[in-house]
Amino acid sequence: MFDYTVRRLLIAVPTLVIISLVIFLVLSLAPNDPMAQVPLTVPPEVKEKMREALGLGQPLYVQFWKWLVQFFWIEPQVLIDYYFGTNYSEDKLRVISWQTRAPVMDTVVQRLPQTLWVVGMSYVVAIAISIPIGIYSAYKQYSIFDQAGTFITMVGYSIPPFFTGPLVIVIFAVYLEWFPSTYDTLHEVNNWESFIIQLKQMFLPVMVLAIQGTAQISRYMRSAILDNLNQDYVRTARAKGLSESIVILVHVLRNSMIPVITVIALNLPLIFGGAIITEQVFKVNGIGQQLILAIYANDLPTIQTLTFIFAFLIVFFNLVADVLYALLDPRIRYE
Amino acid sequence: MSNKINNQEILFSPGSTYWGDVWLQFKKHKGALLGALIFFGIVITVMLGPYLWPFEPNAIDIRSRNQGPSLLHPFGTDQLGRDTFSRMIAGGQTSITVGLAAMFLSLVLGTFIGVIAGYYKRLDGVLMRFTDLFLSLPLLPLLLLMMFLFREPLSVSYGPERGMFILIVFAIGVTSWMPTARIVRGDVLALKQREFVIAARSIGTPDQKIIIRHILPNILSPILVSATLGIANAIITESALSFLGLGFPPDFPTWGRLLNDAVDYLQLHPERVMWPGLAISLTVLSINFLGDGLRDALDPRIRGR
Repeated sequence: MFDYTVRRLLIAVPTLVIISLVIFLVLSLAPNDPMAQVPLTVPPEVKEKMREALGLGQPLYVQFWKWLVQFFWIEPQVLIDYYFGTNYSEDKLRVISWQTRAPVMDTVVQRLPQTLWVVGMSYVVAIAISIPIGIYSAYKQYSIFDQAGTFITMVGYSIPPFFTGPLVIVIFAVYLEWFPSTYDTLHEVNNWESFIIQLKQMFLPVMVLAIQGTAQISRYMRSAILDNLNQDYVRTARAKGLSESIVILVHVLRNSMIPVITVIALNLPLIFGGAIITEQVFKVNGIGQQLILAIYANDLPTIQTLTFIFAFLIVFFNLVADVLYALLDPRIRYE
Repeated sequence: MSNKINNQEILFSPGSTYWGDVWLQFKKHKGALLGALIFFGIVITVMLGPYLWPFEPNAIDIRSRNQGPSLLHPFGTDQLGRDTFSRMIAGGQTSITVGLAAMFLSLVLGTFIGVIAGYYKRLDGVLMRFTDLFLSLPLLPLLLLMMFLFREPLSVSYGPERGMFILIVFAIGVTSWMPTARIVRGDVLALKQREFVIAARSIGTPDQKIIIRHILPNILSPILVSATLGIANAIITESALSFLGLGFPPDFPTWGRLLNDAVDYLQLHPERVMWPGLAISLTVLSINFLGDGLRDALDPRIRGR
């Protein structure tokens, strides 16, 4: 098991380096000029100096290497300094945003928890809803519940988050006034009442993302259970006299989770994409919103760092899925 | 009972062709039939609409602004008095054209990579790593990036609308070919072991001919299913980009752009969000049902059951 995890980890690292190279190349191939906002009255030689100050005069591989060093060597040092009070990172150059003139990671650290909370909660909700639905509709195949469930998941799968977002705002915030339509970013949780308010303001964004997740996961859950129900081991388990709930919830469920976990991991890019949209719709101050703001402000270091963080999150959760996969199915470990 | 007789007819009717059998199976899936009907209905409305509908999508009539649905304007008018129905038709034309073109590009790419990876063992490892790499890219951030970076140069050389069209189709195409490539590769791997391919190779048929003559016709059905899902995916992606303000220019209506404009008037005119949202959802839903039915109809193991 340990060997397997290490092997997976060794694949993930080059993947991440290649992804960061891809992002870097896309950004540097782009024919746009960060000096475009500088007034025309500034003489060209001063402009050239400003360009060099931003590190743009150097060859591409130097720029890429510097970004790698800043991101993978200096930023972790800052983190260590922050936690242990040491000063490894003193006087070292960090990734600086062109927009705020502050280190990019400082802003990311403030914003990342909101994104992870919304995405994480929506995944938990989606899994909690979709697994029972998937099990029950497979167990009672072609029943009314199954057919209604299949139709509803198809609808949930087809409605994009940028429509469900405004839709739930109209229903729950404008007409019913149950939940606030936007996310109050300054809200602090310090007692029970403020916790309830926090729950309320998270409800709509989480719901929008959870609808998307539920639709996909329950469809795969249903077909995975159906595949397993006719297997010999299920007949054996029943013949041994095990109760139906143990057969389904222990034997069948464990085997059916294997493909479903892959689907959960492979859908993450989609969910993070959805998170960018929901953050925009509900004005949540997460990293998705930061990315959009940075794109509009032509802030290349922030764009590069954020895109890479999204890639990192996706690769990381794929790794988690791979490990879970091996835990559930011992055959995979010895591949 | 009647079902059984029907199956007998399918199996033993003398003049049955492959596509005839597919159609008979497809007909039985009511959802797929309805989906096909609705999708073609939307396509026909959108393509013929501009010739039949009296209002221009960009004609401003400030005196009849912000109207609700009426006989004259069935979907109402917007803040500049433009007829929403004609804007929906114009938007649908763009969205569906982008969907079809991007689907075609991603299908060509996916099939090409899948066939090469499945057929040539030496390239398999490299190409599949490449596919995995693309699958773990953060797609929406990268798409937004491409929109932002290449919008102006392409607008300058091809004009704002045409440049944006090329960019969006290209961006969606190169970021959505991976599932097709994986499915095609799997099928090609299985086909390569079949007797007719081995026979063709043993009489000295060149690889190119084997692929075109024997492999491609046999992987047509997974490609068709991918195609339907590809259209749905491309329409949603294009709308998401327009919704985030990084799609087509503001005065050029698409469904995503209309939805984005309507969100600003959410409190006063909540019904405006519904039209483009429903159009996108209905189109995607009908395509998904169509794809579901096609998958069942094209799978010979399910057919006739």
